[in-house]
Amino acid sequence: MTATHWTQNNPLYLDYQATTPTDKRVVEAMAPYWTEKFGNPHSRNHHFGWEAEDAVEIAREHVSQLIGASPKEVIFTSGATEANNLALKGVAKFYGDKKNHIITCVTEHKCVLETCRALQQDGFDVTYLHVKENGLIDLDDLKAAITDKTLIVSIMAVNNEIGVIQPLKEIGQICRDNKVFFHTDAAQAVGKITLDVEDMNIDLMSISGHKMYGPMGIGALFVRRRPRVRLVPLIHGGGQERGMRSGTLPTPLVVGFGKACEIALKEMGAEAARLRGFQERLFEGLKERIPEIYLNGDLESRIPGNLNISFSYVEGEGLMMGIKDLGVSSGSACTSASLEPSYVLRALGVEEELAHTSLRLGLGRFTTEDDIDYAIERISKEVNRLRELSPLWDMAQAGVDIKSIKWAEH
Amino acid sequence: MARTVYLDHNATSPLRDEAKAAVIQAMDLGGNPSSVHGPGRKARRVVEDAREQIRQVVNAPKSAQVIFTSCGTEANTLALNAVDPVRILASATEHASVLGARDDIESIPVDRNGKIDLGPLQTLLSKGDRHALVSVMMANNETGVLQNIEDIVRLVHRFGAMVHVDAVQALGKVDVDFLALGVDMMSLSAHKVGGPLGVGALIATKDVKLAPINRGGGQEGGLRGGTENLSGIAGFGVAAQLAKAELDDMKAVKALRDHLESKILEIAPDTTIFARDVERLPNTSFIAMEGVSSETQVMAMDLAGVCVSAGSACASGKSKSSAVLAAMGVSETIAKTAVRVSLAHINTNEDIESFLSVWKDLYQQQSQKSNAA
Repeated sequence: MTATHWTQNNPLYLDYQATTPTDKRVVEAMAPYWTEKFGNPHSRNHHFGWEAEDAVEIAREHVSQLIGASPKEVIFTSGATEANNLALKGVAKFYGDKKNHIITCVTEHKCVLETCRALQQDGFDVTYLHVKENGLIDLDDLKAAITDKTLIVSIMAVNNEIGVIQPLKEIGQICRDNKVFFHTDAAQAVGKITLDVEDMNIDLMSISGHKMYGPMGIGALFVRRRPRVRLVPLIHGGGQERGMRSGTLPTPLVVGFGKACEIALKEMGAEAARLRGFQERLFEGLKERIPEIYLNGDLESRIPGNLNISFSYVEGEGLMMGIKDLGVSSGSACTSASLEPSYVLRALGVEEELAHTSLRLGLGRFTTEDDIDYAIERISKEVNRLRELSPLWDMAQAGVDIKSIKWAEH
Repeated sequence: MARTVYLDHNATSPLRDEAKAAVIQAMDLGGNPSSVHGPGRKARRVVEDAREQIRQVVNAPKSAQVIFTSCGTEANTLALNAVDPVRILASATEHASVLGARDDIESIPVDRNGKIDLGPLQTLLSKGDRHALVSVMMANNETGVLQNIEDIVRLVHRFGAMVHVDAVQALGKVDVDFLALGVDMMSLSAHKVGGPLGVGALIATKDVKLAPINRGGGQEGGLRGGTENLSGIAGFGVAAQLAKAELDDMKAVKALRDHLESKILEIAPDTTIFARDVERLPNTSFIAMEGVSSETQVMAMDLAGVCVSAGSACASGKSKSSAVLAAMGVSETIAKTAVRVSLAHINTNEDIESFLSVWKDLYQQQSQKSNAA
């Protein structure tokens, strides 16, 4: 198949940070648990129940292996958003009468930021660390923010918009030295980079199934047992998941998630190397064809499956309209319906004009070299076409400093 | 091994073929419903179509809020988290997810059949202020007993209070009509109607002010953050529609259940079948065999390839006897011998015979033992 078959209705998917296609092997693993092995894993009275329970425990094992945890430390949730809510609210409610300070960062996922805001209304103090121009936190800022009231530090492993990897091991060490819990939203990291909760001193970790070729509707929270982290559940009821998360476990989703983790553990290394090559090819290809483009976020400390690039003198909406045969996003899926510029890019100090013209390019397991070449071709053609139509680009080429222009108010 | 007979449909049911097709189709879409590009918009369409299907299945008004959750338990939690502060009244026969949602729940007494008495409910309602929420199951998961929701709603609304109905076990077994019942909120679960595990819904009138349990991302109108379980939601819509379309099949299921009970009473005329004298789900029978523990019965049944349950799946494994039966005033001795049979349209006469043959053997062994003693 040639690369030219991509259309608006069947676009080339380059949005792997929004969601990933479910791996066929995952669907195959799930299939028996929809019909012939359909038992409720909490039914303790017959073999349908036991069969489902066994499958759940095998999946738990696969999840735990991928992050260097014990299966007993893995609590299944409906996704990473629930895991983040559970981690923060659960710990805050359990320990809140002793310590009431939370440290997080301005570029966290909305669900962490909104949960922190809700906790502020409940009387918690929250410090929102700023990030450096490369999107990473300053470890000295973190050290300085910790007080004897600090309960938990929540810093995401990999940013969903710019793909940068925070210095987890160093953060973990600082937290451990100060006897502060370390939670990390690792939705974008698990299965992409090597994570080890022991080595990194992580106490709580949120994981998402559908960001790593597993199904939507399932995720997990790692909750450390030694030293033990305790939390108040958000959802009470039948007492499933050690009382931390009630509700019937969705066996097929759990099995699919486990399979996705098993595959990731085996293939992550080779996949990362392949994607690193694609990332470089894509970035170099675009740089070669389009002058004045800017990479948002650090290039080195970054997952291989992400590029976030701003194209100056191009109007973001216009660019998106021009490349409808590419399934790309201008920011995170959760905020993509709004026309606001990305708060993540603003936090990096990216000017509003540039923040408005950014593209998040997400590469993954099913991306091919042809796809990369096609994307280079399409994006460069469209950006250059739009610039030709832009009077600002003309002026800039003529040496006019755009910022010096005094626009008439209207 | 003998053929397997599954009689535990109140715990969960296999995925319907049509729902499975919808699940797989949605999994193949591969877009995030919040993305604005083509794959995202296709995924969004799937979610919104299913939302409309669910709304129609339970006849909820156009203006109602339909919020997809990860299960019935989460839907119940979301309902009880509404409009704070509020008094919550619930009977002791409610699901653990309702009773566990808050620690200030006031208990509504039930009669010996597990039905809510309107008298004591009225007394409770007249005591406190008006911002009360009454949470009541439409059909009990263990006994199958049906509450008189319309009467309860009429009474509760007279006090300016709200009604949340947990219709998880009722959907697909009896007609569930949001408008006709007049409730303010309703919880549903997909896997109890042959839909996939991992998805449920809370339906609320537009006037109910809900507060999210999971924040972030802005999904479900800001009331339930997190990427939607796309395949689950797709399967839920299809399964719920089929369950409603096939509601007539429940007549045959009821005939099977009634046959089973009459046979039991032929074998042992003084057997206790809970809530038999009142309106129940057509598929459920909760039967005590005096002198034989539930555990012994379900083990013998399992060895013979018959799957039943000693109560609700959520509580099984914990050797507690049924809280539902306790609330009905059933003695612990009897409660510890109760076994739940729950049928579906896929069960046959032969299935019932298999159950009866094991039941009869157990009963006769027990009779011989007690005669010898």
